[in-house]
Amino acid sequence: MNRGKGRALTEGQRAERRLGLWLCAPAAIVMVVVTGWPIVYSVLLSLQRYDLRFPEDKAWIGLSNYATVLTSEVWWNAFWVTLLITVVSVAIELVLGMLLAFAMYRAIVGRGLIRTVVLIPYGIVTVAAAYGWKYAWTPGTGWLAGLLPEGSAPLTERGPAIAIIILAEVWKTTPFMALLLMAGLAVVPEELMRAASVDGATLWQRFTRVTLPLMKPAILVALLFRTLDAFRIFDNIYVLTNGSQGTGSVSISAYHNLIGGLNLGIGSTMSVLILVTVAIIAVVFILGFGTAAPGSER
Amino acid sequence: MAEIVLDHVTKRYADGTVAVDDFDVRIADHEFVILVGPSGCGKSTTLNMIAGLEDITEGELRVDGRRMNERAPRDRDMAMVFQSYALYPHMTVRENIAFPLKLAKMGRAEMEERVERAAGLLDLAPYLDRKPAALSGGQRQRVAMGRAIVRDPKAFLMDEPLSNLDAKLRVQMRTSISRLQKNLGTTTVYVTHDQTEAMTLGDRIVIMRAGLIQQIGPPQELYDHPRNLFVAGFIGSPSMNVLPARLEEGRLRTPIGDIPLRGRLRRAVEGPDVPRDVIAGIRPESFEDAALVHDADGGGTFTGTVDLLESMGPEKLAYFTLDTGAVRSEHLTEAGGEEEAGEGCQLVAQLDPKSGARRGQPVRLWYDTQAVHLFHPETGENLTER
Repeated sequence: MNRGKGRALTEGQRAERRLGLWLCAPAAIVMVVVTGWPIVYSVLLSLQRYDLRFPEDKAWIGLSNYATVLTSEVWWNAFWVTLLITVVSVAIELVLGMLLAFAMYRAIVGRGLIRTVVLIPYGIVTVAAAYGWKYAWTPGTGWLAGLLPEGSAPLTERGPAIAIIILAEVWKTTPFMALLLMAGLAVVPEELMRAASVDGATLWQRFTRVTLPLMKPAILVALLFRTLDAFRIFDNIYVLTNGSQGTGSVSISAYHNLIGGLNLGIGSTMSVLILVTVAIIAVVFILGFGTAAPGSER
Repeated sequence: MAEIVLDHVTKRYADGTVAVDDFDVRIADHEFVILVGPSGCGKSTTLNMIAGLEDITEGELRVDGRRMNERAPRDRDMAMVFQSYALYPHMTVRENIAFPLKLAKMGRAEMEERVERAAGLLDLAPYLDRKPAALSGGQRQRVAMGRAIVRDPKAFLMDEPLSNLDAKLRVQMRTSISRLQKNLGTTTVYVTHDQTEAMTLGDRIVIMRAGLIQQIGPPQELYDHPRNLFVAGFIGSPSMNVLPARLEEGRLRTPIGDIPLRGRLRRAVEGPDVPRDVIAGIRPESFEDAALVHDADGGGTFTGTVDLLESMGPEKLAYFTLDTGAVRSEHLTEAGGEEEAGEGCQLVAQLDPKSGARRGQPVRLWYDTQAVHLFHPETGENLTER
């Protein structure tokens, strides 16, 4: 078998490798067709002037779509709104998710009930839940709007509308955060907590000095997943405000240009820019914070 | 350093199970006490109650006369070593050892000095900047010890600290723990299921079973004077031989011959509550090859065929199967005594290496009849020790 360094693989090893490639091939082909090609196609579209209302004007125009989008106030407004929603909702989700994770993990009585209840929002279709929130905040019909002073219509004002979008987003995805964090909690050995309390740590010190550092990989993975997801926020906004009063996210802008405006060039440019931003976020997490798949550290 | 008193301590869980029942022991300052027993006997629960990791249902825990029941573990000033070592994987050895000091807000200079001293005592100096994952099992165990001794606590609590080590390292660490404790003089409570560890380490041993203390005493006393069949079977390796025996006029009929009832044996069976059928116990060490015994007074003899012979070096262990049923008693099964199901009564004799006993050959054994213990078949009480 081992015939020295640099030696070609044996026949058996080569056959095994070939078999491996064949076995991977169907999945790889599906991936390329389903995700690879649309990405390439979007990039190609973004380099063209291509408005379905004026199909005869179609032309290759290089990066000028990018110049248009990146100098547009609408785009930057959507970008900052998206960033605001992302940062605030993920921050709130992290804190709430941690509390829920502890509740689910530590519960002695009714553990199954608590876990089920916590997970309910995650099991509801986002659009359905968003309509629930919308009606709740609509004056006259909504029970939440009824709690507000007479005459207020929160979904028609920018600040309150963004707050409601964040609320809907937090309500919907905190369970997911809690699940990921609970998996991280389960990795911390119980005996370390006992050791720390004998060593003189208070409850808070046990959390900050033992639990948190050991959960770091899980926390970073949860943050990465949720940040990427939140940056692409679409359905909640689509239902609640449809991006009016400057509450649209970048995904809403791309959608409006692509589907509403039929401007394939500009819409695709926005999609590519979202992809680039999301990729930057992922790279920052992976390189900057050393995020790894759960368990691959150590 | 401290005196620890467990004053009729009981641990009862919400579902009514009693893990520890009326545990009443006074552990003197500087003393090294072992809690030993089979798994589930309540020894770890007792240790956790001392540490404050489990609540005490009834009774009182006092350290230097002060009640501890309601105090949080961190306010008890005790250090604990866990079976899994419970090292913080994200901290270096230095940070691990310094952790309790850091929590106590000790000054930097003193902290460093103490860590260095503990590391020196435990030969950990070269590893101070490594993470636990980069250490061997023995080194991890020493870091756990370091984290305990660095605080100079009132007491050390050790929960099976050597169970995860291989046999050779375990023996090594056993002696170093013993030496360390003697040097530091810190009151120590040590939990183990291993009777050898219990015998070699402790000033005193507390033998537990099903939440109840069976006997408390120095190792030799437990060995020489077991209070009941459970203790007799638990202490000593190989275990004490147990044989069915019957009391007849003036003598004791056993599968290894009749033993005249004289002296202590006579006194043991004098009570009115002694049944005719009893259990006789005799340690493997009480046997000898009859050919090597010159002064055979006060002994019995027995001839049997050797099933198996183990040469241990300083001694030989000869195994016999007696043509009588094995003794069945609830007091034995939990003691870890080897009980071959369905087999005949096993007998082990420890012989001098000069013995000519050979496998498959009959050999004549002498045994010391004065070393025989008699146990009550139901209660397991040692009739010869009451």
